[in-house]
Amino acid sequence: MPSTLTSEELAHRVRRSVVDMVHLGKSSHVGSALSIADIVAVLYQNILHFDPTDPRKSDRDRFILSKGHAGSAIYAVLAHSGFIPLDTLKEHYQDGSILSGHVSHKGVAGVELSTGSLGHGLGVAVGMAKAALLQGGKHRVVCLLSDGECDEGSNWEAILFAAHHQLGNLTAVVDYNKIQSLASVADTLGLEPFRDKWAAFGWRVTEVDGHDHEALRKALAGSDRPEPNCVICHTVKGKGISFMENSVLWHYRTPQGEEYEAAVEELNNA
Amino acid sequence: MRDHVIGRLTELALEDPRIMLITGDLGFGVLDLYREKCASQFINAGVAEQNMTAMATGMAMEGFIVFTYSIANFPILRCLEQLRNDACYHDANVNVLAVGGGFSYGALGMSHHATEDLSIMRALPNMKVVVPSDPWQAAIAIDSLVDSPGPSYLRIDKSSAGFEKPSEGGFDLGKGRWIRRGQDVAIIGSGGILAECVVAANILAENDVAAGVLEMATIKPIDEDAVRAAALQFPLIVTVEEHSIIGGLGGAVAEVMAQEGCGTPLVRIGLGDIYSSVVGSQQYLRNRYGMDAAAIVGRVQDALA
Repeated sequence: MPSTLTSEELAHRVRRSVVDMVHLGKSSHVGSALSIADIVAVLYQNILHFDPTDPRKSDRDRFILSKGHAGSAIYAVLAHSGFIPLDTLKEHYQDGSILSGHVSHKGVAGVELSTGSLGHGLGVAVGMAKAALLQGGKHRVVCLLSDGECDEGSNWEAILFAAHHQLGNLTAVVDYNKIQSLASVADTLGLEPFRDKWAAFGWRVTEVDGHDHEALRKALAGSDRPEPNCVICHTVKGKGISFMENSVLWHYRTPQGEEYEAAVEELNNA
Repeated sequence: MRDHVIGRLTELALEDPRIMLITGDLGFGVLDLYREKCASQFINAGVAEQNMTAMATGMAMEGFIVFTYSIANFPILRCLEQLRNDACYHDANVNVLAVGGGFSYGALGMSHHATEDLSIMRALPNMKVVVPSDPWQAAIAIDSLVDSPGPSYLRIDKSSAGFEKPSEGGFDLGKGRWIRRGQDVAIIGSGGILAECVVAANILAENDVAAGVLEMATIKPIDEDAVRAAALQFPLIVTVEEHSIIGGLGGAVAEVMAQEGCGTPLVRIGLGDIYSSVVGSQQYLRNRYGMDAAAIVGRVQDALA
C-alpha cells in the first residue's frame, strides 16, 4: 500500500529529507544514502508489498538494508511511505533518538533488521527466504547491499547457500557506486568481473542503471525462476547533488553552511 | 551428553514443526537419528558459521525455534558478531548447541578447547548460558530452551558429573542446585567437572572439612540468591570450571559477591589467563591445568590454613 506519489517524486523527497537529516544531525554517509534514493523509491513505490498500518503483516515483502550506514534513506522512505511520522526524521542522530546513524529496528516500524556492521543482511535475508519456502509463504525477500560490503566473506557464504538451496524468492540488490570508504572499489579490493562472480555462484544476474526508474522497475520485478536474483545497480555516489557526486569525500563529510544551502537549492531546482 | 541432547531434540521436533536444527557441517553419526526422523527440519549450512548464524536469525524471525550445532568455538566465535548484532539484538530464538565444552576435545588442540566461551557468551545481552552437568540434565535443559524465547548457549560436555536424576526437577533455568551440604566451604561448579568437586568434597570430609557443593547449571542468569546465601553462610567460596577464570562462572560469582560486600574470600579454580597449548585427554588436562579433585583439595586447604 504505497503512497500516491510517483517513484520519481518519492526519490526526490527521500533525497530532500536525507540532506536535511544529515545536516541537522551533523551525520555522515550522505553520499551512500543519495546513491540508493532511486532504488528504495522504486522498491517502496512499485515493487514491495506492504501495509504501513500493519507493518508486521505476515504476507508483507521483507526488505533488509544491509548497508546500514545509509539508514537515513530508509528512515526517509519509511516516513514518506506512512510507516513513521515525518516529524521524527528531525530526531535522526540526536541525543536520545531511536533513529540511529545505522539503521535500527527498535521502535521503528518497517525496519526488519538492524544493521551497521557490514556483511550481516544477506545472511539474515537468506534465513527469511528459506523460512518462506518452507512455510509456503509467497512473499519476497529483498536485501540491499553496498559494493564495498561485498568484501565481507560472510556475503559469499550466503551467496553460496542461496544458490544451493534455490532461493528464488530472494533478491540481492547491489548499490555499485564504485566508491567505498577511503577510495574507489577498484583501488581497494576490485570486484570485477562482478557480474560473472554472482553468475558463477549460480545466481540470475541483471545489470541496470540504478537511477533509471523504468529500468529498475523491470529489473526488480522478480521472476518465477528457481535461482536467487542479483540486481547490480550501477549508481553514482552522492547522486543528485553535483558537488557530492562521485566523491570519496562525501562518504563522511556532512553538509553545513553554504554547502547545505547549495545542496538544498540544487534539489529544489531539480 | 550430546546424544541425549539430540535425542530429546528429535522427540521435540517430531511434535513441533517450528524446531529447526542447522549444523555447520559437524555431527558425523551424532545427528543421524534427527536427520532421519526430521529431515525437513534439518539444514547443513556447510562450513560457514557466519551464514549459519545470520540465517538462523532470519528463520527465527519468521517463527522457527532454531538450534545451531557445531564444536564449541566455531558456532560462537567465528560468528560472534552475528550472534551479537543479529540473534541477540533482535532477541531471536537462536539456540547454540556447542559440543566439546572445555577440554572435551583435549587431544585435538587449542583450536578445539572451549575455554573462553562462557565469559564471551555471558557478556551478550539477552543471551542465556547453560552448562549441564549430566546427559539427563542436558535433555531437560533442551525443553527449557525450546519453551523460552530469545537466544541461548548450551555447552555440551563430553564428561558428566554422574549425579542421579531426581524423580522430579533436576534443572531449573537460572537456579542453582545443592548437591551436598556442608559448612566449611562452598564449592560452586558447572558441567561435568562437578565430578571432581564431589571427589574433592569427599577427600576434604576425610580431613574434617565439610564442603558443600552447589551445582550452577545456568551461568546466565546466575542464581544471585543462591550465591549470596552461600557467601553469607560459608567462610570460603570456591568456584570450579573447565574454563578461563576470567568472566565465566568464577567471574559471575565474584560479581555477585562483590556487590553483596560480605567480604567472604573467593578462590576461582579454572584455566589461568593462558592458552591450553598442551594436549591430552580431558582428565589429563584437568590435572595438568590444576582443576582436578586433588588440585581443588589443595586450593581449599591452602585457603583455610
